[in-house]
Amino acid sequence: MTPLFQLWLVPILPLIGALTNGLLGKRFSKSAVATVALTATAASFVVACIQAAILLQSGSPALEQYYGTWIQAGNFSVNFGIYLDHLSLIMMLIVTGVGFLIHVYSVAYMEHEGGYYRFFSYLNFFMFFMLTLVLANNYLLMFVGWEGVGLASYLLIGFFFLKDSAANAGKKAFLTNRVGDFGFLIALFLLIQHFGTLHYGTLFVVQNSSLSHMPTETSAGVLTAIGLLMLVGACGKSAQIPLYVWLPDAMEGPTPVSALIHAATMVTAGVYMVCRSNAIFSRAPIALLAVAIIGTLTSFFAATIGITQTDIKRVLAYSTVSQLGYMFMAAGVAAYSASVFHLMTHAFFKALLFLGAGSVIHGIGGEQDMRKMGGLRKYMPWTFWTMLIATFAIAGIPPFAGFFSKDEILWQVFSSPHGSKIFWLMGAITAFMTSFYMFRLIFLTFTGEYRGAKPDAHSSHGSDDQGHGTPHESPWLMLAPLVLLGVLSIVGGWVGIGNRFEHFLDPVIQKVSTEQVSAQNGEAVTTPVGEGEGAAGESKSLENILMGVSVLIAFSGLALAWFLYVKRPELPEQIASSLGGVYRLVLNKYWIDELYSAVIIGPLVAFSRIVLWQTIDQKVIDGTVNESAVAARDVSQVIRQQQSGLVRSYAGWIAAGAAAVVAYMVWMGTR
Amino acid sequence: MHQFLFLLFGAFCVGGAINLLVQKKTINSALSLIVVMGSLALIYLLLGAEFVAVVQVIIYAGAIMVLYIFVIMLLNAGAEEESKGSNVAKIFGIPGLFAGGMIGIWVLLQHRPEDKLIPIGALYGPADQVGMMLFTKYLLAFEVTSILVLIAIMGAVVLARRSNS
Amino acid sequence: MIPISWYLLLSAFLFACGVTGFLIKRNIITLFMSIELMLNGVNLSFIAFATRLGTLDGHIFVFFVMVVAAAEAAVGLAIIISVYRTRETLNVDRVNLLKL
Repeated sequence: MTPLFQLWLVPILPLIGALTNGLLGKRFSKSAVATVALTATAASFVVACIQAAILLQSGSPALEQYYGTWIQAGNFSVNFGIYLDHLSLIMMLIVTGVGFLIHVYSVAYMEHEGGYYRFFSYLNFFMFFMLTLVLANNYLLMFVGWEGVGLASYLLIGFFFLKDSAANAGKKAFLTNRVGDFGFLIALFLLIQHFGTLHYGTLFVVQNSSLSHMPTETSAGVLTAIGLLMLVGACGKSAQIPLYVWLPDAMEGPTPVSALIHAATMVTAGVYMVCRSNAIFSRAPIALLAVAIIGTLTSFFAATIGITQTDIKRVLAYSTVSQLGYMFMAAGVAAYSASVFHLMTHAFFKALLFLGAGSVIHGIGGEQDMRKMGGLRKYMPWTFWTMLIATFAIAGIPPFAGFFSKDEILWQVFSSPHGSKIFWLMGAITAFMTSFYMFRLIFLTFTGEYRGAKPDAHSSHGSDDQGHGTPHESPWLMLAPLVLLGVLSIVGGWVGIGNRFEHFLDPVIQKVSTEQVSAQNGEAVTTPVGEGEGAAGESKSLENILMGVSVLIAFSGLALAWFLYVKRPELPEQIASSLGGVYRLVLNKYWIDELYSAVIIGPLVAFSRIVLWQTIDQKVIDGTVNESAVAARDVSQVIRQQQSGLVRSYAGWIAAGAAAVVAYMVWMGTR
Repeated sequence: MHQFLFLLFGAFCVGGAINLLVQKKTINSALSLIVVMGSLALIYLLLGAEFVAVVQVIIYAGAIMVLYIFVIMLLNAGAEEESKGSNVAKIFGIPGLFAGGMIGIWVLLQHRPEDKLIPIGALYGPADQVGMMLFTKYLLAFEVTSILVLIAIMGAVVLARRSNS
Repeated sequence: MIPISWYLLLSAFLFACGVTGFLIKRNIITLFMSIELMLNGVNLSFIAFATRLGTLDGHIFVFFVMVVAAAEAAVGLAIIISVYRTRETLNVDRVNLLKL
């Protein structure tokens, strides 16, 4: 019995929970459904912890387990297998741990909603696919998980399927993901064609060998193509430019869904995939640069939109897009450890932010517009303090978690040979904007006077929740996960002190020197690169200077937000009206959705309708069938004249036939 | 002598056949058919088939034609009505007849070596010899035709019955 | 002494008359009588060939033809009677219910 024999339990337990709740849940009571779901997730988390401990104690870089062959086609084969190394270990723990906390939260949050069993079934379903994604030992199995989480996301975004906006949001998410998946699939095809396998171990060994081992038809061109196509897939799943448009709309789903899927886990699948494929990206500098550029642009762009939004969940959604941009930026300068580190801390504080927002929404009876909130600090103290912790974390203020990861990213972007000062500059401005809009959120929601509907006999019922009139704190079942995540948001970054985390991921990352890459590309040899190398003393002081700059930026964002929303609350409106057109542009998200609709979707739908439907389907296909029927009918009209019903015409035909036969026989006889 | 007899009875046959076509009343057609059959019986005798000739007179002319006349009388089938008729019959029938006539004349004008001259009564076919063959060589067919006749009787009875009796 | 061909010619002529009558006539009973005429012509042909070949098989065949002709005449006349009862006419052109 190998140590990993239980690892298959980690994804399978949520699957069992999903199937039980899905098939039988309609007859269960609410507590039974919750028990099944929570047990499955908790058990999965426990097994994951045990397996993590086993791996760390064994000291080997990775453990792999086969469970049988899936596809066998000539030389190409795909197995069911699990690959546990440090990268998938982190992801697995995040998914199961944060997932479990969110399940606990949902038990109370979804108490009054219909379809209780369906919700938990979908959530467990999502966990199963996400764990398949991170634990797979080959790209095809990862793709199964990839598609599965897309499906789960669609099901959960459109959970309130009777609402048009929710159903459309689910559809939009799925279709946008599909565009990314297309790119990812082409990348897989290229991998199969050039390397003959999709297995991580085989692929990354093949590439790890020296240049002379590479097949002659493989060149940097192919690897760049594969890298760029994988980037397309990652953009779809992780909501980067240009495929980010689904994530803000995905806020139509219930808040726990936003926390789990669109903050902590599913959207990080793209980052995970890029880090997993670091061997490919490190050998394709152009693809790596593309990753960095897209990450930087996305984080900047989304942060600008986040400043103007008024829906509390929308702000958090754009914040997620922006933070994912940070992760991509880090991966794009080959700082994979920093990227995963930020992924981990982001999971903690972003999940906390979303759950806290959910608590706020639940407490004031379904209202999501921040302009109608305010002064909730005295009604919901626990929610306030935990969200404040998370906001400090995301703003990058020490000693909270976000500071360590964000600072690491900024330092890597500044100093890495793949990076550039421009990336750092944009990252710093984005950090300022992040701090600003997150504290704006806190001040608008929790300080000042309550601007919402006054509690009276006519208080209406919210969409998410029953209207309770007075804002009130949430039940302890919702607060406990908030507190736990708050603690994690504080201590979660401390593993990064002293660059310990960096070397944690070393077994996963292949060190590819630029010598190798340049020789491959036929360029001149430049200085070798690793991670965080360089002259020790000089870079250390530079690092400290930059650290100080980031802290300063975070605090100035806080100060500006305090000034505009606490000290002089009438100023924001004046600034907005004075900026006029620019403000409207940003408020309407740069009209990107409308642009897509006009340029891409409109022509596509028109093409579908006019060419494919009316012309080909109706005229050609239906026409062929109908015309052949009409032709048959016309021919039969002619032929049926022969059936005249007159005996004598039949007699005439018989006589004619007989005469023909006789004539033939006479002719044969005389030959 | 042989030729004279043949031409005489042949003329009766031809005349009767043409009369059958020409007559408007059905009863006249039936009677001319009886003439044809009688003449044929005589021609059979010329060929020496005495059994067949007698059977022709008894069965064909004596039973079948009487049945026809019986039905004609029963149904009171008078003159034929004038109706449009089938164009196909006209198109194929008349040229067909013409072609047949041409072939016949062509045959008549030929003398071929296998066209043997036969005397009167060349093959003598008395009843006992015919009977011998019937009951030995063609026994099965004989028995089967008896069943055929039985079926015909049953069929005729069923078909001609009034439905509401 | 007559060539066989004369008998065959007579037989052909009777057959042709039968066919013509079958095609031209409108009365059902006359139609049937034309059929009998055709059969008679064929009988003559059989006897002639039997004489030519010197066997009695032709006579036997003629016998059977007559039996079948009798059966056919009986059944056919029964049909004519029942057609007359339903359609009230002996004109074969009026019996056209199968016209499409």
